[in-house]
Amino acid sequence: MSAFTDLTLTAALEGLAKGDFTSVELTRAHVEAVEAARGLNAFVTETPDQALKMAAESDTRRKAGTVGLMEGVPLAIKDLFCTKGVLTTASSHILDGFKPPYESTVTANLWKAGAVMLGKTNLDEFAMGSSNETSYYGGVVNPWRKPGDNKNLVPGGSSGGSATAVAARLAIAATGTDTGGSIRQPAAFTGTVGLKPTYGRCSRFGIVAFASSLDQAGPMTRTIDDAAVMMRVMAGFDDKDSTSVDIAVPDYRADLAQSVKGLRIGIPKEYRVDGMPAEIDALWQQGMEWLKAAGAEVKDISLPHTQYALPAYYIVAPAEASSNLARYDGVRFGLRVPADELADMYAQTRAAGFGAEVRRRILIGTYVLSAGYYDAYYVKAQKIRTLILNDFTKAFESVDAILTPTTPTAAFGLGDKVDDPVSMYLNDVLTVPVNMAGLPGLSVPAGLSKEGLPLGLQVIGKPFDESTVLRVGKAIEDAAALKQKPEAWWRAA
Amino acid sequence: MATLLHGATGEWEMVIGLEVHAQVTSKAKLFSGAATEFGAEPNTQVSFVDAGMPGMLPVINRVCVEQAVRTGLGLKAQINKVSVFDRKNYFYADLPAGYQISQYLQPIVGKGTIILDLAGGETREVGITRLHLEQDAGKSLHDQDPSSSFVDLNRAGVALMEIVSEPDMRTAEEAGAYLRKLRSILRYLGTCDGNMEQGSMRADVNVSVRKPGAPFGTRCEIKNVNSIRYVQQAIEYEARRQIDIIEDGGTIKQETRLYDARKGETRSMRSKEDAHDYRYFPDPDLLPLVVQDGLIKSIAESLPELPDEKKARLVRDYGIPLYDASVLILEKERADFFEAVAKGRDSKLSANWVTGELFAALNKTGRDVTDSPISAAKLGGLIDLISDNTISGRIAKDVFEIMLETGKDAGAIVEEKGLRQVTDTGAIEGVIDAVLAANADKLAEYRSGKDKLFGFFVGQVMKQSGGKANPALVNELLKKKLAG
Repeated sequence: MSAFTDLTLTAALEGLAKGDFTSVELTRAHVEAVEAARGLNAFVTETPDQALKMAAESDTRRKAGTVGLMEGVPLAIKDLFCTKGVLTTASSHILDGFKPPYESTVTANLWKAGAVMLGKTNLDEFAMGSSNETSYYGGVVNPWRKPGDNKNLVPGGSSGGSATAVAARLAIAATGTDTGGSIRQPAAFTGTVGLKPTYGRCSRFGIVAFASSLDQAGPMTRTIDDAAVMMRVMAGFDDKDSTSVDIAVPDYRADLAQSVKGLRIGIPKEYRVDGMPAEIDALWQQGMEWLKAAGAEVKDISLPHTQYALPAYYIVAPAEASSNLARYDGVRFGLRVPADELADMYAQTRAAGFGAEVRRRILIGTYVLSAGYYDAYYVKAQKIRTLILNDFTKAFESVDAILTPTTPTAAFGLGDKVDDPVSMYLNDVLTVPVNMAGLPGLSVPAGLSKEGLPLGLQVIGKPFDESTVLRVGKAIEDAAALKQKPEAWWRAA
Repeated sequence: MATLLHGATGEWEMVIGLEVHAQVTSKAKLFSGAATEFGAEPNTQVSFVDAGMPGMLPVINRVCVEQAVRTGLGLKAQINKVSVFDRKNYFYADLPAGYQISQYLQPIVGKGTIILDLAGGETREVGITRLHLEQDAGKSLHDQDPSSSFVDLNRAGVALMEIVSEPDMRTAEEAGAYLRKLRSILRYLGTCDGNMEQGSMRADVNVSVRKPGAPFGTRCEIKNVNSIRYVQQAIEYEARRQIDIIEDGGTIKQETRLYDARKGETRSMRSKEDAHDYRYFPDPDLLPLVVQDGLIKSIAESLPELPDEKKARLVRDYGIPLYDASVLILEKERADFFEAVAKGRDSKLSANWVTGELFAALNKTGRDVTDSPISAAKLGGLIDLISDNTISGRIAKDVFEIMLETGKDAGAIVEEKGLRQVTDTGAIEGVIDAVLAANADKLAEYRSGKDKLFGFFVGQVMKQSGGKANPALVNELLKKKLAG
């Protein structure tokens, strides 16, 4: 039923509203698509029975006249969100068998709005990675391939399973989380829309923590309109998260009606990084032209501390992670490797339960927080963070949004970078500053590389101004008018 | 007061500082809604936050913050309007998250003062360095199974105030007085129940020794001592141990020690080299804690009369000795009891009876004024009988004993036992005459100059009257008769 799986979220809502089809029909088509796409390894856990049950309940509600903002829409959920009674792994061996007795606030918001869960998507272990290859459950395959080339590509990470599920038409939309680019980079690699909201916009309650001061949940969709609809449902103040901000959530989709005419768009010269392929630069230039054509004013700006963002990020994020991941000790849940002494049980459980990348970051984080190093690393990184935020604050005095490329390259091959962590980390060089400053950032598909792979542009906004970010994204989406989608080569296999 | 210890090389001075962990009186934990009641079945008061489950986040309990501010104000301390919660990272089975949320560089309360009440009504000031809020850990149970330990998380996440003193104490008695006074202030404020035997107040004791006037020596910290008596014993032992080491040519290693109450000694737990690197950093799940001026003001206005103010008032209003006042104020209930007794009565007599007979009787039976077998009203009734000369002070003691046993009113006992004081001069003179007649020899001796025999005659008269004769009248009349 390719017709059903090709529907965007907004189109599906319209069809359901008109009674063209039921949520059960829509959901069944996606359940089948998920089953037919196991070769992509996008899901850690499929929940077809729960999906169909939720869909039937949605249809019943709709008949009774109770229609939520995402009533009947089948979604994929990144396996970092705790889902009540459903295996939640963070793609880590250490969470073996963990079925949370509680639901994350963001997913609870989605179910309250009528959405349906298809399953839990694969990700880099504990969201640490940029290619989805650090998952205990194996890498996810990007549905896109270079035309005429059968080499498997990575979907990016850490929300690689969600990005693949959306791009391959396995789910209408998906949740992601973004700590340094984990929504935006995979969105760029898979030709999908990914929005990382302002820090504090979505509750972190019930999301397995990676780096608490950077983590944010956000929507991954095929269109800007879809992202606008889903963002509204996911967002909102939550008294269970002390960093959640009590501020009204706008109707983002309604706000899309306004054009970008008169908006001032900043182009930060520091984002033209060394060795960036010419086609990325050209795409960026094209983006500027599109926005100008739509009536926006494009201005050069400077974000002078940009180059320090990535190194500072690789201090702050591992530091918080080293502490956040201390609770995985084999005592109360998940994997336990028994031993005679407590310390041995910790050591053996954690050695067996964590993969190489997670261990690397725990070690880095432990090191930078250690006595004698704290001031030189952690404190300094926090100061840099303030400088980065100040750069943005100053820039936003003269512009309404900022345009940059999302990634320095298109998707690369599976296995190409696994042995070179620094090269892997450089994937996030353009997305990380946004997390460090807590700002909203969007990746919108803007074109294809000369090899035929999707490329994204990033729009960065003022705090809590997701509306403007989405409006700019919409202008790019309209101008790019991309029609390509990945061939469903995995079905043939 | 002797404050110095004697060693082979001369005199030594102890330097003592205390870190007290006081459990905040609150229904819910510091960062979760789980209950805090003492003595519940294991693991029945544990939320997902307390158990360190994935994705769980701490949310500060406003009541605990108010209690910390209240305590800070009670300690006359500076309230820090902005304070920060940090993570103290270490692995242990009863620490579910792998870190304790505490306050490290920016505590909620800064410098303050405690006034110690020492023997004889003397006082001494001890500085408070800081007070901060932190989570308690759970409890590991090592005696339930031969091969594994069990964990009870009921206590995990309960709010504690860590109250740190300056190294201002110089004797074990001062440390005891500090703990008693701090406990008393906390109880007055209602911010901690101060029950050390239930673990809701525990002390880490820092001890070092030095020659008087010399710089501070190297200190050892004795962890988690759970009674005032043990704190004092641990200090005495530890100071002597350190003096012996130094006088034998050794040096003190900075370390953490445990007090073994059974053996009466301290033992090394871990040295400085083995100390944890706690990797403190601000908890990114929590924003800096901001306490508004308005809240501080409203808490300040709701503070009760505190021990030092009460002491001053008791001395001023009742004219009782400073020492009696400092004994009374240690527990608010005692002071209240005294005031109930003293109301409209001779306050010194009341103070004597409350701090003397009553407290002695309570101590003997291990009771407190709150469950005193003699109520304030009944004790007042007894004092009334003394004041209006119905009974003598001596008879009153007998009546008091009967009251203790029976709980009856003093007046009823006096009537029932016929203990009413004899003030009829004729009757007393009759007794005197009989006594003098029966002791003609002693009378002769007295009249020939043996004045000391006066006491003998008084005793005889009182005995013959069954103790009921008014002692003043006996004295007066006897003198007259003896003079012939």
